[in-house]
Amino acid sequence: MNTLIAIAGLGIICLIAEIFNLRKAIVPVTIIGLLAVLGLNVAEYNELTQLAPGSKRAFYNNMVVSDFYGVAFSGLFIVLTIFLVALSPDFHKERKAKLSDFVAIKLFLLAGAIAMVSFGNLAMFFLGIEVLSIALYVLAASEPKNIKSNEAGMKYFLMGAFASGILLFGIALIYGATGSFDTSAIFDVAITGNEPEWFFIGIVMLTVGLLFKIAAVPFHFWAPDVYEGSPALTTATMSTLAKIAAMAAFFKLMRSMNYQVPGSYITIISIVAILSMTIGNLTALKQTNVKRMLAFSGISHAGFMLMVFFNPPAMGDILFYYAAAYAIAGIAAFAVVLYVCGNKGNEEIHNFNGLGKNNPLMAAVLTCALLSMGGIPILSGFFAKFFLFNEVLHTGHIAIVIVAVINSIISIGYYFKLILAMYTQDATGEKQPVPIMYGAVAVISILINIAIGLYPSVLLDLL
Amino acid sequence: MENILQQIGIENYIYLSALLFCVGIFGVLYRRNAIVMFMSIEIMLNAVNLLLVAFSTYHQDAEGQVFVFFSMAVAAAEVAVGLAILVAIYRNLNNIDIDNLKKLKG
Repeated sequence: MNTLIAIAGLGIICLIAEIFNLRKAIVPVTIIGLLAVLGLNVAEYNELTQLAPGSKRAFYNNMVVSDFYGVAFSGLFIVLTIFLVALSPDFHKERKAKLSDFVAIKLFLLAGAIAMVSFGNLAMFFLGIEVLSIALYVLAASEPKNIKSNEAGMKYFLMGAFASGILLFGIALIYGATGSFDTSAIFDVAITGNEPEWFFIGIVMLTVGLLFKIAAVPFHFWAPDVYEGSPALTTATMSTLAKIAAMAAFFKLMRSMNYQVPGSYITIISIVAILSMTIGNLTALKQTNVKRMLAFSGISHAGFMLMVFFNPPAMGDILFYYAAAYAIAGIAAFAVVLYVCGNKGNEEIHNFNGLGKNNPLMAAVLTCALLSMGGIPILSGFFAKFFLFNEVLHTGHIAIVIVAVINSIISIGYYFKLILAMYTQDATGEKQPVPIMYGAVAVISILINIAIGLYPSVLLDLL
Repeated sequence: MENILQQIGIENYIYLSALLFCVGIFGVLYRRNAIVMFMSIEIMLNAVNLLLVAFSTYHQDAEGQVFVFFSMAVAAAEVAVGLAILVAIYRNLNNIDIDNLKKLKG
C-alpha cells in the first residue's frame, strides 16, 4: 500500500523538479527514490511473513490487498523501472527538456502496474490497467515528428481502448451476476455454483480484454507494428514491464475469482497458448527487424506463461520466476539494442554485424540475454521453462509440453540469426563508445539473470 | 408503487446495452475516420456505463454508480491522449484517415 503511494508521490516530485530547474537531478533522485521504495516493499514483505501463512493485509475496505504474490511482483516491477529510468537520459539526450515528463510517465506507469497486482476490488484493477495503458499510449507516440511513432501510438490507442471497452463490459456483467466488485465476494458467489449465465460471459470478456493486453494469439496483431514503430525504450517498457504486469494481473484475477477453473476454460487457454507459441515463433523466424523479432518472441513467451493456468493454486511462484527471467533478459537485450541502434534510425539485423569484434562485452551480454530467452542452461530462462514444464507435466497435459519444447527449439533458430550476425559477419560501421548507463544496465541485468539461474530458490521461495 | 426496473425487466437493459456495445464495435471496425472511431469507442464505454447503472439499481447497491464515475474519468483521460495523438498525425499527414497509416508492416 505504502509502495503505491510513495511511487505516485515520486512521479509528482519529478514533475515539480522540472519547474525548479533541477533537471540534472531528476534521474539520480528517481533511482534513489525507487531504491527506497524497494526497501519499503521489502519491509511490507517482512510484515507479511509475521502473519499466519496465506493471510493478507487489506486496506481501504479491501480496495488494496497486499499478499506475497502482489508484493513479490511489485518488487520485480520496481527493479525493472529502475533499469528503464537509468536508460532514459542517454536515450533522450537530444530532447533533454522533456526528460522529466518521460521519467514521470514511467513512474505513473509503475504505479498502474503495482495497482494491477495488489487489487482487492475490480475498480482498483480497472484503474491500474488504465493508468498503465494510458501511460503507454503517451510513450508510444512520444516522438510527434516521427510518423512511425504516430502510427504506433494510434494503433496502440485504438486497440487498447477497444480492449478496455470489452474488459469493462466483462466487469459490468460480473457485477450484475454477483452484486459486488470485491474479488472475495465474487469468489464466494462463484463457488456456490448458482450464478447467472452472465457471469461466464463476463469472465470470457475479461479474458479477451486481458489476452489483448498480453498480446496472445489471436489478439496479437497490434503488437509487432506497435513494437516496431514506438521509440526503442518504449518498446523495452512494453515488452518487459507491461507484458508481465498484464500477465500477473490476469493470473491473480482468475485465481481470486474462480478457484476451480472449469475444464472448457482450460481448453480455450491451452489452444490460445499453443497458437501463441507456434505462430509467434514461426513468424519471428522471417523477421529482419530486431524490435519486430522481439515482439513475436514476446508473443510466444506470453503463450508459455499462459500454461500456468493449468493449476492456478500451485503455479504462482513459477509464473513469478518465469516473468522475472524473461523481463530481466529483455532489459539486457534492449540495453544492447539501444546502444547499437541508437543513432541508426532503424533496428535491422545488419546493424549488429561485427559487434562481436567491435565490442565483445555488449555482444556477450546480448548473446546471454537471447540464449536465456531461448532456454539454454545456466541462464535463468532455462530453469524457468524447466520448472514450468515440470509442473504442467504433473497436471497431466503432456501434449502441450511437447508443443512447448518443440517451440523452444524453433525459437533458438531466430535468436541465433542475431548471434550469428554479431560473430560471423564483418562490421560495416565504425566502433562507437558505449554510454556508461547502457553498459551498466546491460551488465547488471545479465548478472542478475545468471544469479537467479544459479539460485532459483531465492525467487521461488518468495511466495 | 412498482419499481420501474421490475416493470421493464433487467434482461431488456442487458439487451439494450449489448446492442449499443455492438454498435460501438462495428463503428470501430468499419469506419475509417479516426474521430468517428473515437466516437464509437465512447459509445462502447457508455453502453457499459448504462449497464452498470442498471445493475446498480437492480442490486440496490451504490457501488455500480460509483464505478461509473471511475469509468467516465478514465474515458475522458483516454480520449485526451487519443486526440493529442490525432493532432500529431494531422500535423504530419494533413488528414486523419486511418488508411494512410500503413508504414509499419512485415
